[in-house]
Amino acid sequence: MKILVCISNVPDTTSKINFTDDHKSFVSAGVQYIINPYDELALTRALEITEKDGGSVTVINVGDASTDATIRKALAIGATDAVRINAAPRDAYFVAKQIAQYAKQHAFDLILTGRESIDYNGGQVASMVAELLDMPSVTNIKLLQLENGVATMEREIEGGKELLTCPLPLVGSATEGIAEPRIPNMRGIMSARTKPLAVVDAVDVALLTEVIGYDKPKTRSNVNLIAAEDVAKLVTLLHTEAKVI
Amino acid sequence: MATDRFQAPDYYLLDDLLSEEHKLIRNTVREWVKKEVSPIIEDYAQRAAFPKHLISGLAGIGAFGPYIPVEYGGAGLDQISYGLIMQEIERGDSGLRSTASVQSSLVMYPIYTYGSEAQRKKYLPKLATGEWLGCFGLTEPDAGSNPGGMLTNYKDAGDHVILNGSKMWISNAPFADIAVVWAKDEAGDIRGLVVERGMEGFTTPETHGKWSLRASATGELVFDNVKVPKENIFPEIKGLKGPLGCLNSARYGISWGVIGAAMDCYDSALRYAKERKQFGRPIAGFQLQQKKLAEMVTEITKAQLLCWRLGVLKNEHRATPQQISMAKRNNVNMALEIAREARQIHGGMGITGEYPIMRHMMNLESVVTYEGTHDIHLLITGMHITGENAFGG
Repeated sequence: MKILVCISNVPDTTSKINFTDDHKSFVSAGVQYIINPYDELALTRALEITEKDGGSVTVINVGDASTDATIRKALAIGATDAVRINAAPRDAYFVAKQIAQYAKQHAFDLILTGRESIDYNGGQVASMVAELLDMPSVTNIKLLQLENGVATMEREIEGGKELLTCPLPLVGSATEGIAEPRIPNMRGIMSARTKPLAVVDAVDVALLTEVIGYDKPKTRSNVNLIAAEDVAKLVTLLHTEAKVI
Repeated sequence: MATDRFQAPDYYLLDDLLSEEHKLIRNTVREWVKKEVSPIIEDYAQRAAFPKHLISGLAGIGAFGPYIPVEYGGAGLDQISYGLIMQEIERGDSGLRSTASVQSSLVMYPIYTYGSEAQRKKYLPKLATGEWLGCFGLTEPDAGSNPGGMLTNYKDAGDHVILNGSKMWISNAPFADIAVVWAKDEAGDIRGLVVERGMEGFTTPETHGKWSLRASATGELVFDNVKVPKENIFPEIKGLKGPLGCLNSARYGISWGVIGAAMDCYDSALRYAKERKQFGRPIAGFQLQQKKLAEMVTEITKAQLLCWRLGVLKNEHRATPQQISMAKRNNVNMALEIAREARQIHGGMGITGEYPIMRHMMNLESVVTYEGTHDIHLLITGMHITGENAFGG
């Protein structure tokens, strides 16, 4: 079983989000980066599968050298080896093209991503990779079992769940429930030092999208607390200030 | 305790001075503490119980002998990694850090540094995995700051020695599998030897009623004509430099560890001050609270810098015992002061187990005393800079 897990390098969930003055870029100074949590779930499930049935887990990231720390963590958690496509990710199509290009040459049985990255939340890469490789694609997988070359999956859908099967190879995106993330141990950290991390040149991809700008949500206005017995004041303010009645 | 929302202060961007591996190790231990320690530690401290189930986790994150070479089961890491591991564990609880410090610096370190090859092979791998826990017996009822005044001694009896005496204030003692014990031989020289649980006449009564390090087990070591094989004696080391070498390593770890406790108190106080409103505004907006918080982060930053530099010197084998004394004294006092100020910022909430403050503060009252008291470390600096010995008569 050869599994490829795509990992994104994203700001820690507690990071302060700021943009440059021209609103076009994220300010990364002082920000801690982590493995995208949904990708980490995919990685953990991939490791569980190969630990049980044998095989290898390769992690792939599209990024510059600054993402190596995140890749090393994936190796410390247990991935067999890693590949970094040496380019700053521009948009989902760019990333998907790079991953598909690499996957074409290495015949993976299963390609997993997280359901979306928690920075730009596009949620497009898995389906794009599948399309580019002409493989089936299943998104938002919360349970994944493999047997005799067939994947049995459970997906969360509005008001219930969907059970489905699909022969391998396939591209899937993982969501909560598929696995519990693991904290690497010291043996893993030590072995990550010597695991292979290949750096591969990016292929040329036409830029299909252009970011016009980013804006943060408006800050919440102050809460005006009104005493429970003062209903008249509440009604007046709803009428004169909020103008909703 | 409420959800652990800890965020570490790094005011001077000291992360830039760490390697990627240092950060991976630090973040891994931080993650482990958030998941395994923070949710349970207050309960264990309140009940004065040691969370034994965390031992395998501590071993997993490399807390036992991080700088011991891989061939003996250690992680083969550098001294900054060791410091960062101690910092993150103590962010959870000083008692847990004490368990890790004792195992690493007071048990594994002397066995590795002073032990025979047979002793290293016998003990170190099992100590690294946490299968065995160790303790360290130096302090006695009448020999604290003056360890040279110890009474514990052994007499030659052929292929073994007969050990008599007692040690007190021994972390891990109640459940330790082995004890590294310092005792005088018949010539009056201090020697180190490994005493194993089960040796006849060796008992480890627990010390009850502590208001500090409540989630860590403390006890006595009592030796009543214990027969210890001669092969358990460290072959080379004689005199106080044996135990003091161990203490250097442990004090170094404490210098880092207490930064963790201080960061936790500061982080909690900062968040509380921003959320707690009085007179219609967050108390963080009042000058007296800002003074406390600003001084806290300043002192933490200074302590971080001190430790980082000490770690570099230690990696280069240039850190002196006197430099380590200064860092231990300064940083423990810094953490204790911050815990007290943070308690005030939390108001009445600060005395409850809802917040970690009072637990850290009480823990630090032990840390400021053990491994060389606050005053003794001052005298070490004093002697070093003046050339005058102010100890004893």
